Amino acid sequence: MTTTVSAAPAIKRKRKSRFLADATTEAKLLLVGIPLFIWTMLPVYHLCLFAFSDKQSAFSGNWFPEKPTLRNFEIVFGQKHYFLNHFWQQLWNSVFIATMVGVLTLIVATTAAFAISRLKVRGGRTVLNMALFTYFIPAAFLAVPMYRTMAFYGLLNTDWALILAMLAIASPYAIWVLKQASDKLPLELDEAAIMDGATPLQLFRLVYLPLMAPSLVAVGTYAVLLAWNEYLYAFLLLSKESTLTLPVALGNFLSADDSPWELLMTTGLIYALPPAAVYYVFRKYMVSGLTAGAVKS
Amino acid sequence: MSTVTLTARDGATGAVPSKGKISSWQLWGMILVTPYLLVFGLFVIYPVIYAFWLAHEPQSYVELWSDPIFQRSVVNTLVFLFIGINLKMALALMLSGFFLIQRWWIKALTVIFILPWAVPSIPTILSVRFMLNPEWGVINQTWFKLTFEDGPNWLNDPTLALFFAILVHVWKSLPFWTLILLSGRLAISADLYEAASVDGASKLQKFRFITWPSMKQLYFTSLTLSTIWSLGDFNSVYLLTGGGPADLTHVLATLGIRYLRLAQVDLSMATIVSALPLILPLVYFMMKRLSK
Repeated sequence: MTTTVSAAPAIKRKRKSRFLADATTEAKLLLVGIPLFIWTMLPVYHLCLFAFSDKQSAFSGNWFPEKPTLRNFEIVFGQKHYFLNHFWQQLWNSVFIATMVGVLTLIVATTAAFAISRLKVRGGRTVLNMALFTYFIPAAFLAVPMYRTMAFYGLLNTDWALILAMLAIASPYAIWVLKQASDKLPLELDEAAIMDGATPLQLFRLVYLPLMAPSLVAVGTYAVLLAWNEYLYAFLLLSKESTLTLPVALGNFLSADDSPWELLMTTGLIYALPPAAVYYVFRKYMVSGLTAGAVKS
Repeated sequence: MSTVTLTARDGATGAVPSKGKISSWQLWGMILVTPYLLVFGLFVIYPVIYAFWLAHEPQSYVELWSDPIFQRSVVNTLVFLFIGINLKMALALMLSGFFLIQRWWIKALTVIFILPWAVPSIPTILSVRFMLNPEWGVINQTWFKLTFEDGPNWLNDPTLALFFAILVHVWKSLPFWTLILLSGRLAISADLYEAASVDGASKLQKFRFITWPSMKQLYFTSLTLSTIWSLGDFNSVYLLTGGGPADLTHVLATLGIRYLRLAQVDLSMATIVSALPLILPLVYFMMKRLSK
């Protein structure tokens, strides 16, 4: 083709076809990107739409709020609806339980990972395998036995039932991730510390913990989010209005036929914001620290 | 690798003169591992043994297996797993390639795309549930405005309801698996693709001969882990359909809770034990992969 056509139009045509090709590529990319954006945002957008609409507008099937309002937030924060009589108490329960699970998981998992990885405690491999095994059994299948066990221990309807259950579920993965991370620390550090006459506890406190800080942040965040997000265990183990966590309170909205869905969505939005914020703040740690452990390739 | 570290450790402790010191390391090791062993014993081992004890009567299994709702749940679980996992992983594999492309707006989209994974599932699932409400949901109201006919009663049809539960499950977990596979793609050396381009390989050939061979193992590990997690997905089904209509959309993870609510604890435990043949081989495979 180029032999028959003179040089200048050929270049022009080439440029034009290049532009066309670029435009087609962009169009193809947008053809993936736009549906992906809509698919991702739709449930979240619908949630926000309800939170900022009054009941009339929310139930009228509009895609945009007619008169955006903060009235729903006022009702939720003022506990002005009988579904929300314990809102602040339930929010506090969620915060307290998530924090305790985070702290306890860190304590239990760090000590275990240190003993297995650095002190090479006898049977450490077995402990690690048991932990891994627990991690892989889906938590939903342990829920009913856990419920009966907590009843047996007399802990039902207390914060501690949920805290201890979530500790048992969160710590196996935490141990696994921390063990992987601490295996990577150079042995020379331990040797040097031993030469200086450090005891195991000093090694733990002065050498191990500071070096493990990034992994500890990742694991702590993981445990806190796991506990904050948990629905099944919370709804089995807690049933008194004042001991509920927020997700269970949200689920309870469904018990009535004429539920105030706009208030449900408002509470849901308030409940969803902290984990989303935490996730985006710690994104770097979460992605590198946790995905690496989740699927070791 | 573990043998190397072991010998190195022996060397390190060997440098310490007294033998009493070595046992003090072991002693501290045992003390520090005790908290976890306590948690494990009290809140994992004890419940599991208790569960097996409650489910030891053969009669429970006869009763369970002849319950049509159980049979339906097994079918639902298999459908849920088969469609859900393959749809999710195939999409994740394709999208991981999409997110590799260098554009400012694709970078921004990555941040938004993680949202379903970052927010708790309860509010978003309930949001979808109301969208699908036959009378007041935004979908059917739009449907009515466009066609002047009533839309379908989405969640009142067991097949459609299960399908939407699968979609919710995919919506929630797709970002995570896309990120995992994306990290796998990023680990492939760019030189390989360049060399292939020089040799005139097509996009499909590049995928077949470079991307797929390097990603295969990661893909199948992810597939297994995703199967285990999907088996335990209680929220997507329970919060969207509640197991209804007429208990026709239960999966094994929600069925145990249903029996508990009906005060049939032995059937609930039998459900869990019946799920074990499905779970244990997968867990065994994962343990093998990870303890290498």
